[in-house]
Formats: sequence, C-alpha cells, structure tokens
Amino acid sequence: MSNVIILPIVVPFIIGAILILLYKRHTIQRVISGITMLALLALSVFLAIYVYQHGTIVLEVGGWEAPFGIVIVADLLSTLMVLLSTLVGTVCMFFAFQTVAQDREKQFFYPLYLFLMIGVNGSFLTGDLFNLFVFFEVMLISSYGLIVHGGTAYQLRESFKYVIINIFASALFIVAIAWIYSITGTMNMAHIAERVAELDQKGALNIVAIMLFIVFASKGALFPLYFWLPKSYYGPPAAIAALFGGLLTKVGIYAIIRTFTLIFNHDIAFMHKGVIVTIAGITMIIGILGALAQSDFKRILSYLIISQVSFMVMGLGIFTPLAIAGAVYYITHHMIVEPALFLFAGAVQKITGTTDLKKMGGLLGTHPWLTWMFFITAISLAGIPPLSGFFSKFSLILAGFQEQQYVISAVALLVGLLTLITMMKIFSHTFWGKQKHSAEQAKISVGKLLLPILPLVALTIILGFGAEPIFNYSMEVAKDILNPTNYIESVLKE
Amino acid sequence: MELIMAIVIGIIFSVTIYLFMSKNLLRVVAATLLLSHGVHLLLLTMSGLQRGASPILSFDAEAYTDPLPQALVLTAIVISFGVTAILLVMAYRTYKVHKTDDLENLRGSADE
Repeated sequence: MSNVIILPIVVPFIIGAILILLYKRHTIQRVISGITMLALLALSVFLAIYVYQHGTIVLEVGGWEAPFGIVIVADLLSTLMVLLSTLVGTVCMFFAFQTVAQDREKQFFYPLYLFLMIGVNGSFLTGDLFNLFVFFEVMLISSYGLIVHGGTAYQLRESFKYVIINIFASALFIVAIAWIYSITGTMNMAHIAERVAELDQKGALNIVAIMLFIVFASKGALFPLYFWLPKSYYGPPAAIAALFGGLLTKVGIYAIIRTFTLIFNHDIAFMHKGVIVTIAGITMIIGILGALAQSDFKRILSYLIISQVSFMVMGLGIFTPLAIAGAVYYITHHMIVEPALFLFAGAVQKITGTTDLKKMGGLLGTHPWLTWMFFITAISLAGIPPLSGFFSKFSLILAGFQEQQYVISAVALLVGLLTLITMMKIFSHTFWGKQKHSAEQAKISVGKLLLPILPLVALTIILGFGAEPIFNYSMEVAKDILNPTNYIESVLKE
Repeated sequence: MELIMAIVIGIIFSVTIYLFMSKNLLRVVAATLLLSHGVHLLLLTMSGLQRGASPILSFDAEAYTDPLPQALVLTAIVISFGVTAILLVMAYRTYKVHKTDDLENLRGSADE
C-alpha cells in the first residue's frame, strides 16, 4: 500500500518525459495530459480518504531505513495539499486547452506543466529536508520555463528578476540546510525534530529557523520579500497565472507550517507569537494597500495573493488548534477561490482584449453567467457568509481574540473589509457601467471557458454550506500537526 | 582547515553580493554562479573536514569521513548547473529583445 503514495510524483514524471517526444502533435499532448491530470485527481482523492481512515503512510524509498534513506510521508496535511494542488492543476489545464495559443502549446507547454506538478506534489509529500530542496528546485525550474513561456518582451524582463530572487532564496536554503546538518547531523525531518527537542540549543536553532523562514517567505511572498510577485504574475497567460497563484505561494506556506510545527517548536513565544504574527500582520496590510492602489484586474489579484497568504501564516503564528484549523481551512478556501478569480480575469480578457479596469464595463448585460459566477467567487474571497471565506476568517479571528492577540485580529478584520472594497471595485468597473466593448466582442461566447471554473465556484459554495464536516476535518489536521510525536513515531517506527 | 574554508566562503559571498549590485545583466548571472560555488563549499564544510580516512564505516575503523555532504553537494551542483544554463538563455534572449544589458533600463515603466 505504501508504494501508492509515490504515484503523484512518478506518474507526471513519466508522462511528462513521454510528452517531450510528442512535442509537435498538440492534440495528442492535450488528450494525454488531460487524462493524466484526471487520473491524478482521482488518485489524490483516494489517498486523502485512505490516509484519513488508516493514518499516516510512510514509504522508505529503495528500502533504506528511516533516518538514513529518503522517506515519503503522507499524513493528513500533505494529502490534503496534494488533493488541492491536483484539483487546481486539473482545472487550469482544461482552461489552458482553450486559451493557450497552439504555437505556444508546441513549445513543451504540457511537459513543463507536468514537471511543475512533480515538484509541487513532491514538496508536499517528502519527509526529508534536502529532498524538499530538490523538489523545490524541480518546481522552480519548471516555473521558470512556464513564466517566460511565449517569450514576450514583458515576460522576459520580469521573469529574469523572478529567476534571480528564487536562485538567491535557494542558495539561502542550502545554507540553512548546511547549518541544520552541522547542528543535528541528520536530514530526515522527523529525526531533526527529535534531535532539536533533545539538544536545548535555543540560540543556534533560532538563527536556522529565521533563515529557513526567510527562504520560505520569499517563495510564499511575505513581507518584505513579496515585491517580485505582482509584476511577474502579470506576464504569463491567465491559465499559468492562475496555476502559480494557486500553487507556488502555497508550497512556501506549506513548508513554513510543516517546519514550524514539526521542527522549530522550541521557542513559540519568540518565533510564532513574535516574529511570525508580526510579519503576517504587516504583509496583510501591504498586500491589501497594493491591491487598492491598482486599477488592473490581474494586478489586483496578484496583490490579493500577498494579503491572503498572510492569513494562513497568522493562523500558524497564533498556534492553537483552532487557529491552525482556521489556517488549513483558509488554505483550502484560497486554493479554490484565487485560481478561479485569475481564470475569470482570463475570460474577461478574452472578451474585452484587456485587463485594464478603466477600459471595460457593462459585461453584466452581455455575459450574465460570467458576471454572477465572478460575483459569488468575489464575495467568497471577501468573506461574506455563508461562503467558504467567512468560516475560514471567522475561526482565525476567533482564535486570535481567544489568545489575546488583539492587534492582529483587528488588522485581519480591517483587511477583510478592504478586500471587499477591491472586489467591489473590480465588479463595478468590469460588469456594471456603460458597455465599452464592441458589439462583435459582445458576441464572443465564453461558455466553454466557464465550464472548467464551474467546479471551483461550486466548491466554494459547498465549503461554505458544508462548513461543519470540513471544519471538523481541518480540526483533525490541526491536531495531527500540532502533535509532532505522531509524525515522528510513524516515520522512525519507535 | 575549517577556519580557512569559512574565510574563503565569506570572501566568495562578499564578491557575490558586490556582483549582484552591478547593473550589467551578465555580471548578475556570474554572481549566481559564484553564489552557488560558495554555498556548495559551505555544504561540504558543514560536517567538519576529515582528512585521511575513507567514507566507509566498519567495526575496526578508527575514523571515517561523512559521505552525506558529498552526496548532497553533487545533487546541488547538478541543480545549479541546470539553473545556470536556463538563466544564461534567458539573459541572452532578454538582451536580444530589449537590445540592452543594463538593468537600469529594464526596470519597466509604471504605465504599461
């Protein structure tokens, strides 16, 4: 059974390698990669249910025992993340079938896409710190390919900066790994956690913890390392921007949550309630102010990623079961809603030919379906009950007040309100007002484009109305990751 | 020995930071190359430099070299090789399209 958990990594690898050979035939590429993503989705649903019923699965790769070999660990959090990332991957791929130009498809679009999925799934599943670095790199190198895909002047200029900041962060990652190895003498995350608890080396460990936090914060776009995100996510087509907005930052957030619950739980008063909560608060404000200042559909969404991501980090910082459950719920909610909004931006761009809010208007009259689907998603992001955004924010802010973290809770409430303003700004400029697109553009049908987004919109409604079972599940995930002995025992088999 | 390595790594890092600050596209690429060298040396040094012993642990061996950093650094070198290749292509294409290698001119205007 434990061999199954490596399939989300191996399947896209093999299929991606085969697709390189078929690069000239885009129809076959579409069919194969579409089927692969659907199969992966089914597999990840199965994995999530199996792990929920039977507990953590551990695979020792090559039969090497735990502290020496590489382990692949599927616990509740990682299977949930794999499920969500595959869902986003599938939706964005079906959207890409209809929006990405054929000559772009022939330039190894689908192989790169599948290789990105390897990196993302691998980062979620691995139980080895160096292996995490390797999967980060797999993900990043494919993302370099995808973000510059098409090679327009704008993409080349901004992608270069994106690559440089990521190379620098990766170098810092190796430095942090080197330091951890010199302190603990192991690379296995469960083993590191065990040694850290025995060592009592608060000072040295805090330095390493901050170093790793800087690395993951620059991938997850936290203050002050967020500046690369808005410009570089503006360049690529909507399907890719949606995929990146849904997945890449969340890999950084997952890594922060994993390392700061499993390994660095030795100094909660300083690291979690001090550093992490402060940074989450500043990031929220900066992100939402950036979004308010923009008047471009995609740029507003890019800045919103920054402010939304910090809600998850806030949950980690408060560090109670309720707060972590809120963070897990928030990740679920965000990974469904944010890609949907980016895809709506793509659909709007297909109709009006622009993403500038000032040059569009009156889509409500010509495209009512698009309008109302966007409306549901937008108010869900802003946190209007009974949609999913409300319950995730509610549990986070409730936990904040319970723990006497009044400042961050007040900031979170304010940012929620400002998010509503940005959403209403998009809504009133794009869908209300006088029709600014021509009669020919009004005839462009986006029904086929809306079909892949429909599951995401349905899910945000389901997550809202079915909040109780899903919140109970998040609570179990939270208890599981707050009790690292579980993880350590299942990996080291003590 | 570790002290000398630490100083060498420090020098490499400072040169890297200096190169990162420059305006020339190719110098920034060179900076990433040098940065990866510094990081790899650090990775090798981290478990202590043991000389004159084989990396095989047996019952009668008095000393042995830790083989893990060597394995890690090999992986890291391969990755940085790939990243450098992709970065060089990207820098070249950027230069071709924008007809400049001065990063001051690649800032991007506010109104696009």
